[in-house]
Amino acid sequence: MSHPTYLNTTRRGFLGGTAAASALALGARARAQDAPPLEEYSPQYLSAAEWAFVMAATARIIPSDGDGPGAIETRVPVFIDLQLAGDFGNAADLYMEGPFKPDAPDTLGPQSPLTPAEIYRGAIERIDAACTDDYGSVFADLDPTQQDEVLSALEEGPSTSGNTPDMAEDAGGAAPNTDGSTAFGLTPELKEFFSLLVQNTKEGYFADPMYGGNAGMAAWSYIGFPGARGSYAEWVGREEDYPLGPVSISGERA
Amino acid sequence: MARTDTKRDVIIVGLGWTGAIAGIELAKEGLDILALERGPDRSTVPDFKYPDVIDELRFGIRYGYMQRPKKSTLTIRRSLDEEAMPYRRLGSFLPGDGVGGAGIHWNGQTWRPQAQEYRLRSYVEETFGADAIPDDMTIQDWGVTAEELEPYYDRFEYMAGISGQAGVVNGETIAGGNPFEPNRSRDYPLPPLAQQPDSLYFADVARQMGYHPFPRPAANASAPHVNEYGMQLGPCNYCGFCARYGCLNYSKSSPQTCVLDALKRYENFKYRVNSEVLRVNLAEDGQTATGVTYWDAEAEEEVTQPADIVILAAYSIHNVHLMLLSGIGEPYNPQTGTGTTGKNYSYQMNGGTTMFFNDRQFNPFVAAGSSGMSINDFGMEQIDYAAEGFIGGSYMTCGHSNGQPIRGIAVPEGTPNWGAGWKQAVGEHYGHSTSLGSHGSNMSYRDCYLDLDPTYTDPHGRPLLRLTFDWKDNDIRMTQFMRQRIEEIVEAMEPDSWQSSYKEDGATYDVRPYQTTHNVGGAIMGENPQTSSINRFQQAWGQHNVFVLGASSFPQNIQYNPTGAVGALAYWTTGAIVNQYLPNPGPLV
Repeated sequence: MSHPTYLNTTRRGFLGGTAAASALALGARARAQDAPPLEEYSPQYLSAAEWAFVMAATARIIPSDGDGPGAIETRVPVFIDLQLAGDFGNAADLYMEGPFKPDAPDTLGPQSPLTPAEIYRGAIERIDAACTDDYGSVFADLDPTQQDEVLSALEEGPSTSGNTPDMAEDAGGAAPNTDGSTAFGLTPELKEFFSLLVQNTKEGYFADPMYGGNAGMAAWSYIGFPGARGSYAEWVGREEDYPLGPVSISGERA
Repeated sequence: MARTDTKRDVIIVGLGWTGAIAGIELAKEGLDILALERGPDRSTVPDFKYPDVIDELRFGIRYGYMQRPKKSTLTIRRSLDEEAMPYRRLGSFLPGDGVGGAGIHWNGQTWRPQAQEYRLRSYVEETFGADAIPDDMTIQDWGVTAEELEPYYDRFEYMAGISGQAGVVNGETIAGGNPFEPNRSRDYPLPPLAQQPDSLYFADVARQMGYHPFPRPAANASAPHVNEYGMQLGPCNYCGFCARYGCLNYSKSSPQTCVLDALKRYENFKYRVNSEVLRVNLAEDGQTATGVTYWDAEAEEEVTQPADIVILAAYSIHNVHLMLLSGIGEPYNPQTGTGTTGKNYSYQMNGGTTMFFNDRQFNPFVAAGSSGMSINDFGMEQIDYAAEGFIGGSYMTCGHSNGQPIRGIAVPEGTPNWGAGWKQAVGEHYGHSTSLGSHGSNMSYRDCYLDLDPTYTDPHGRPLLRLTFDWKDNDIRMTQFMRQRIEEIVEAMEPDSWQSSYKEDGATYDVRPYQTTHNVGGAIMGENPQTSSINRFQQAWGQHNVFVLGASSFPQNIQYNPTGAVGALAYWTTGAIVNQYLPNPGPLV
């Protein structure tokens, strides 16, 4: 296969080559900076206490230190708030008819009578209460080491559910907890909370910026995913870095 | 509120691949046809247009083109003793919704089963002895042969513009194709897709090991194509958004790109959307259907729609649901083994090994849905079932069908699922891994079947369908055999690290992670009305004017993706309707 010569260039050479390209590359960053700072964001669904929890938890799930952006710089909490306020949070597509058996085996899928938004609300309230009992303050006010301890305990609770496609997940699942409770007093109706939180955090990190997260397409730039370009016929069979940065559905470039 | 509409010659239930094929083939005969589709209308523009369709969250994660469980779902259990729970959120499989059905959102992998797969019970008994079949395994012959169906596969492949490399043409083996495929009368209509470096590397290693790699046959056009209906496909641009998405580029074969615009030009063909068929109505003697009753969502009323011929062309499990609700055939009883409606549900036994190559760049976002190089050296006809202790086979493929980041970035075992370690790993490994997967058969069993749920109901008040299914030892042995073969190849490919994921002893069906939307059986075809729902022409044994199209016909699952066989059988059946049934309506067998 032959390749157009304009693609025979390094990313550095291409982006640095013209003032126009540099201006385009700056566009997305400028737009991300135009959005109100997270502290000034008015949540659509989450209460102030819930917002503080989600800010703190997502900052540990995808932290800001190390290579690549964190959940806070990419505005993942905004994504989660908007998702919970919309069809996802309201279980608009889910079968929500009873009878409900929330303690059925995890491998038969989620059986909670609660919507995802209600699961967030109920779980955050209980986790904050448990943190206050155990550590003396709500989750958001703990230090990062304590927050990681809490999140690890939630992860290791008797139930984590498979929201993430994973062919390895075939071992049959843990037996349901016979006393009907899980870590931090989460009842079976709430047991999916941690897996929802991790899944939604990753969604917000990698989804198109129009959903509120992945600000400046920074998560796409970090891994080298070109976003919504949607045309790579020239690059089939080429084992070299793709030279163009990501574009979003609305046409932003990074 | 209710109304009765004027009689039609033909009612088609569902407007996906099989409904579209039946529609256009019968429309050519001048019949008055109405197709009833319960989902919305969908066209390439505006529904799949760039850039809106390149939205992983909306379509890849929130399943924008799939059935909403709120409107339609089923219950699932793993044994006769377990209480079935509703499939409240989609996971393991993703039935399509709306005009085009699952033909919108597939990857386009298009195969022909090996000849012995159509006569599996006879083949095993003749070759390995009846004792080779476990007592609880209920595999059957289909009642058709590869030779009979060859012209209909050819028709489907040329209609759909399949890209591939033939392996056996008129008895001659062609280098670079699959030497184990059934004989075909001519080459594919389009040359194979171009391949990515990981797939080509696998093919080199496999060839050195004495295997026979070939490009996976693809319903992603490698070149422009015009089909028999005048519909045009453009060359695939490897956008990396195929399965779960409609095609933005008129490149993926679908009812939209291959049939529907031509079909809509027939004045004797009409279709209605948002029109869910509630039941098939039978004559008082039960020997024929008189039409259907459907819910007209726009008028908010039930409609009785009389017809001379009823074609069930819904998704496999929904065909079976309608038959159970309508009294078509006797419901299958797993205790006695009697009855046929719901019998022999089966699925697909897949597994795979992920390889990490830290210094290689595979650009996974550069992908067609059916990119990849395959081998079929361990196909169903290549394995000695007596020696290996299982019945089954698979094909194996190395390659990517997408590089979408939410759907999963492979990271080495031991990587945490969150935190600094996870973030570091996705940055390091995105683009530097590939997989070699086994796509395998799944046999049918006495206690894997479909019936009506005793507890849960749908928005129309009808009982939900209930699925009883679990993994069985035979198929676990098959996938473990494939694992050993794959790991030999993986070691020869010398990745920096690798990890395997295959069903192991005691594996239980988990409905949460996506596995495959290859749900088959439940209204199976065969030679005997005591053991099958429909005859070799997919005609109901008990009601000669009811035809049931789709993978619900498979008596057990093949080693391949089902759409090739579904398409060929749709042409086979509509050919029989035109040439035999219309001149002389009645049982075709």
